[in-house]
Amino acid sequence: MNFWNDPLKTAADWLMGVFTGWGMNEVAAQVLIAFLGVLLLITLLMVLDIFLVWIERKVVARFQDRLGPNRVGPFGLIQPFADIVKLLIKEDFTPGGADKVVYNIAPMLSMMSVLILWAIVPLAPVILSVDLNVGLLYLIAAGAIGTLSIIMAGWASNNKFALIGAFRQVAVMVSFEVPMLATLLIPTILSGSMGLNGIVQAQNTWFVFIAPLAALIFLIAAIAELGRAPFDLSEGESELVSGYNIEYAGMKFGMFYAGELLHAFTFGGFWAILFFGGYRFFGLEQVSPFLAVAVMVFKAMIGYWIIMWIKYTMMRIRIDHMLAFNWKFLTPVAFVLLMVVALANALLAGTPTWLYVSGMFLSNVLVAWAAMEVARTVSRREREKVEGPKAVAEAHH
Amino acid sequence: MNEWLYVLLFIVVGLIIPVGAIGVAWIISPKKPNPIKSETYECGIETVGDSWVQFKAQYYIFALVFLVFDVEAVFLFPWAVKLGQLGLYAVIEGIIFILILVAGLVYTWRKGMLEWA
Repeated sequence: MNFWNDPLKTAADWLMGVFTGWGMNEVAAQVLIAFLGVLLLITLLMVLDIFLVWIERKVVARFQDRLGPNRVGPFGLIQPFADIVKLLIKEDFTPGGADKVVYNIAPMLSMMSVLILWAIVPLAPVILSVDLNVGLLYLIAAGAIGTLSIIMAGWASNNKFALIGAFRQVAVMVSFEVPMLATLLIPTILSGSMGLNGIVQAQNTWFVFIAPLAALIFLIAAIAELGRAPFDLSEGESELVSGYNIEYAGMKFGMFYAGELLHAFTFGGFWAILFFGGYRFFGLEQVSPFLAVAVMVFKAMIGYWIIMWIKYTMMRIRIDHMLAFNWKFLTPVAFVLLMVVALANALLAGTPTWLYVSGMFLSNVLVAWAAMEVARTVSRREREKVEGPKAVAEAHH
Repeated sequence: MNEWLYVLLFIVVGLIIPVGAIGVAWIISPKKPNPIKSETYECGIETVGDSWVQFKAQYYIFALVFLVFDVEAVFLFPWAVKLGQLGLYAVIEGIIFILILVAGLVYTWRKGMLEWA
């Protein structure tokens, strides 16, 4: 057992020796060590968050055929630090009409709801904070705190636009949580575990090959949960100015912004954990825990990049379309998929791996195809009701 | 050490960081409030009336439908965890349970509650 094989335990043992050497109570030392570990992880996350701002700005610039920040430091890398200084020296401001307490608590809760998600993220087989046996429920519960912070911000601002933005965001969040729940059940069925480490360990074949449709639905629901385009109605700049955070400025706005970026990165990470094998990559995680962390961060980055890609290429969807899309399409499809996966999983149990994987894959494709066919038929009928049968028939030729 | 103690530590540290950041900004930033500055911004035009008003009930309906499915999760997760050991019988029972839930969704749908009115 040395540092390179199990860095957390080695460091904890060493610190334990130091602290008890100072005459500290063993339990107190343990709590202190855990506190230092959590502080280290969250500090690293905040540093990462600073660079996410840079990445986000660079990537959106490329999507829009611009250069992005490139003046402050090499490739504009120092830009986010300059932004932080600007946010810090901006006037600390609470609007006169606002509910002062709730207004000031909301940005803190927003950041916290993201940070506590990292309590359950397995970064490597031996580097994880806590492997809760109810990990997935914890993921949903922590998400609810984010919803709470948004409704608090929107309500406390005493601003109609902020309130409308908050209402929309909460409606979207609670709606898309339903298909998300259904797709979270699918990795649970496949791995027989609700703990994220158990789910990663069970992925000898990445779950994306076993349940591709579930991975897709999870991504869509996650983007809606994040409130990013095409589901960023809460911010709809052209109609609501800035949504729930209109009245915020300075560091309080910075917390919402940084929280949103880190949230997106975190969900990229959860997508990787649930469907892309987490820290596993062809046995690389066995070599060194540091390699496993690198694999995990790399996969999370790819997930984050895909979320950004969707954000900057899609148009914003109207609120009624969005809720209809969720309740009339995504939710039924997710529940049908859940039933099909449960059934196929039971029927194919005990068969060779290649048969199991291809059977599950085909069942997913079948559900996706059937869903698209039903949607096509229904929308065609709707169109015929409005335009008359002739126009539709002509449009199809 | 208890697992939930770690979660508590995460909540504590997760609050310390934003509180610290906002606190530093509060200490070093200038404070020059005046009545016009502290008015509600909205879209730049003077605000008309209070914003703490009664609002569209539609959102409430969606929240109600959501509640049904959220409560169901508590029952479905244990079922999903143990599904591997339970065999086909449990699968069929779970499917019947989900179908009853979906019946609730279909009822809401047929009642026209999912339309944005």
